[in-house]
Amino acid sequence: MQHTARERTFWLLAIVLVLFYALVPVIWMISLSLKPAAKLSTERGFFYGIFHPDTSNYDAIFSGSVFTRPLVNSLVVAGISTLIAIMLAAMAAYALSRLDFPGKTLILSGALAVAMFPPISIVGSLFNIWRDIGLYDTWAGLIIPYMTFTLPLAIYTLSAFFREIPWELEQAAQVDGATPFQAFRKVIVPLAAPGVFTAAILVFIFAWNDFIFANVLTSTNNARTVPPALAFFTGESQFEQPIGAISAAAVVVTVPIVIMVLIFQRRIVAGLTAGAVKG
Amino acid sequence: MADIVLDNVTKRYPDGFEAVRDMSLQIQDGEFVILVGPSGCGKSTALRMVAGLEDITEGQLKIGGDVVNDRAPKDRDVAMVFQNYALYPHMTVRDNMGFALKLKGADKEEVNGKVEEAARILDLMQHLDRKPSQLSGGQRQRVAMGRAIVRDPKAFLMDEPLSNLDAKLRVQMRTEVSRIQQRLGTTTIYVTHDQTEAMTLGDRVAVMRTGLLQQVGSPMELYNDPVNLFVAGFIGSPAMNFMPATVEGDRVKLPIGDVRLPQQLRERIGRVDGSRSLIAGIRPESFEDVALVGEARDRGSTFRAQIEVLESLGSELYAHFTVTTDQSIESQELQELAEDAGAGEVPSSGEEGRIVARLDPNSRAEEGREAELWVDASQIQLFDPDDGRNLTTEQKGPAATGGGQSPMGREPDRAEQETEPGSAAGRTEPTTGG
Repeated sequence: MQHTARERTFWLLAIVLVLFYALVPVIWMISLSLKPAAKLSTERGFFYGIFHPDTSNYDAIFSGSVFTRPLVNSLVVAGISTLIAIMLAAMAAYALSRLDFPGKTLILSGALAVAMFPPISIVGSLFNIWRDIGLYDTWAGLIIPYMTFTLPLAIYTLSAFFREIPWELEQAAQVDGATPFQAFRKVIVPLAAPGVFTAAILVFIFAWNDFIFANVLTSTNNARTVPPALAFFTGESQFEQPIGAISAAAVVVTVPIVIMVLIFQRRIVAGLTAGAVKG
Repeated sequence: MADIVLDNVTKRYPDGFEAVRDMSLQIQDGEFVILVGPSGCGKSTALRMVAGLEDITEGQLKIGGDVVNDRAPKDRDVAMVFQNYALYPHMTVRDNMGFALKLKGADKEEVNGKVEEAARILDLMQHLDRKPSQLSGGQRQRVAMGRAIVRDPKAFLMDEPLSNLDAKLRVQMRTEVSRIQQRLGTTTIYVTHDQTEAMTLGDRVAVMRTGLLQQVGSPMELYNDPVNLFVAGFIGSPAMNFMPATVEGDRVKLPIGDVRLPQQLRERIGRVDGSRSLIAGIRPESFEDVALVGEARDRGSTFRAQIEVLESLGSELYAHFTVTTDQSIESQELQELAEDAGAGEVPSSGEEGRIVARLDPNSRAEEGREAELWVDASQIQLFDPDDGRNLTTEQKGPAATGGGQSPMGREPDRAEQETEPGSAAGRTEPTTGG
């Protein structure tokens, strides 16, 4: 395709604009996180932190348990939520895509209804229930709502993928001597891998980013995850702003998400192009 | 390896639709049986019931003497080749072929040995470590075959395995399938809607229509002695020509002219009081150019026809011409045939019927000119328009006994369970609406 110089300039400008718009918060965050506390109010340059990197904020957040403990909580809670949600969703989606049973549409629409509930509307009652039954401020207390809220989306995503897989593959596996579960595990799940990873990313990101549940249902570092923990960050004294530390922590919690997406993206693309059934 | 016995097997869906009705069929150990019929005739359902992918509503299915009605597919020890091959896209050819053996718990060396042996037979050695997506259609088809072969199962079940291939490859693979089956001697059920495949591949062919077994027999039996209109029209290419016929005494009135029926045919039809309307079926090769008939001329009669299209295939000529008729005859079976394959049209009153005649390549018939043709009266088949029954075929025992080809004759008690041609056709009567 031939572009005139004017067109090229236009697109170049547009791209720069979009990139700037998308990346400003990220660059700002990284820049702030690399600025020592003393320079926060004196050095106003947008890129100052990037050109004069200083890791004191990172040293600070990793020195005590103020940040590290919530980081562990976040990893465990999000990880376990993802694992359980995907396992349950895979089985539910498989049944929904393969079996014809009464109430199938009811289940699907019911699942959708669950997803539409605003978390804020149930978080208050959950707070009371959790305190009564001893789930308040525990990992399980967070894993349960995360799992519940992400299941519908995971089921929808996965059943769409399962439906794409030809019946014959499963029947071939059965004739080849596989039990239904073996056929599911060795043929269907690997083929639906792109779907499984997509759903896993969505569940993980939901659990990782959630603020409302984590804020209301935890009170100490026992189970508090990173997002509410950041809100409770304080400086050395009440006159010192913890902005640098918050930025550093924010950068740290962004990293796992970026890594996960990068890893799984390759799997997703690989899965989608893995090859058709017939020619 | 084992024999397969279907005993009055019926498949009824919850909505009451019967995909397969009261099907009885005995398949001997090592036999190659083809299930053939138009789409929706229940042939695939029958195969899937043998595989265990469909439940059997009524009747009994035995593989190797054991009743397997309630056994899961994995416990039946049969291998299936699917129409779309159903190769596992995430596994290499080697893993695809070895999957069943691995599930059985065979050790690695055994799996590798068997896979490579099968790969050698199928000429797949250099593709073993590729994924199915990197293979051509024919190669995929061979992998699907290989997956069945490595298991050394009791039976191969093939569901239109060649229908996804292009014409040339299909002919090639047809020979291949036949060669492999002969080499391994494994009992095979092969489903197809292609009558050419059915005729060329099998020891015996079972023709199905609307869930009912019509006739079982060797390809030649089906061709020469079809039990009813449907089988007659379905088997053979180009298809049998059908036309209304009126039998009066020892003559039959056809749109192409009156023909004197040979003694043998008259006896088989039985006594005709006055006249009787029937449907006549004449195979294209029962026609010939009068000039080239020679001594056989007495056996038939001659007529003149305006040749519209003349197709030369080198070794033979196909002459197309039309006939008009003032008789009107309808048959449900022929309608179905016409819908399915475009064959089997019977011209009704005032309509023109197309006739195809196969002539000797030395014939001097020309397109657009009138030619004098001869029809062999002894080869005319006459069908009852009400139930489609063939009146001219030799009324011997059960069609499935299969002459000398099938070893069935040795066991008369078994042969009784076979579908009888008369009763099979008779049961279609409600739909024909006599």
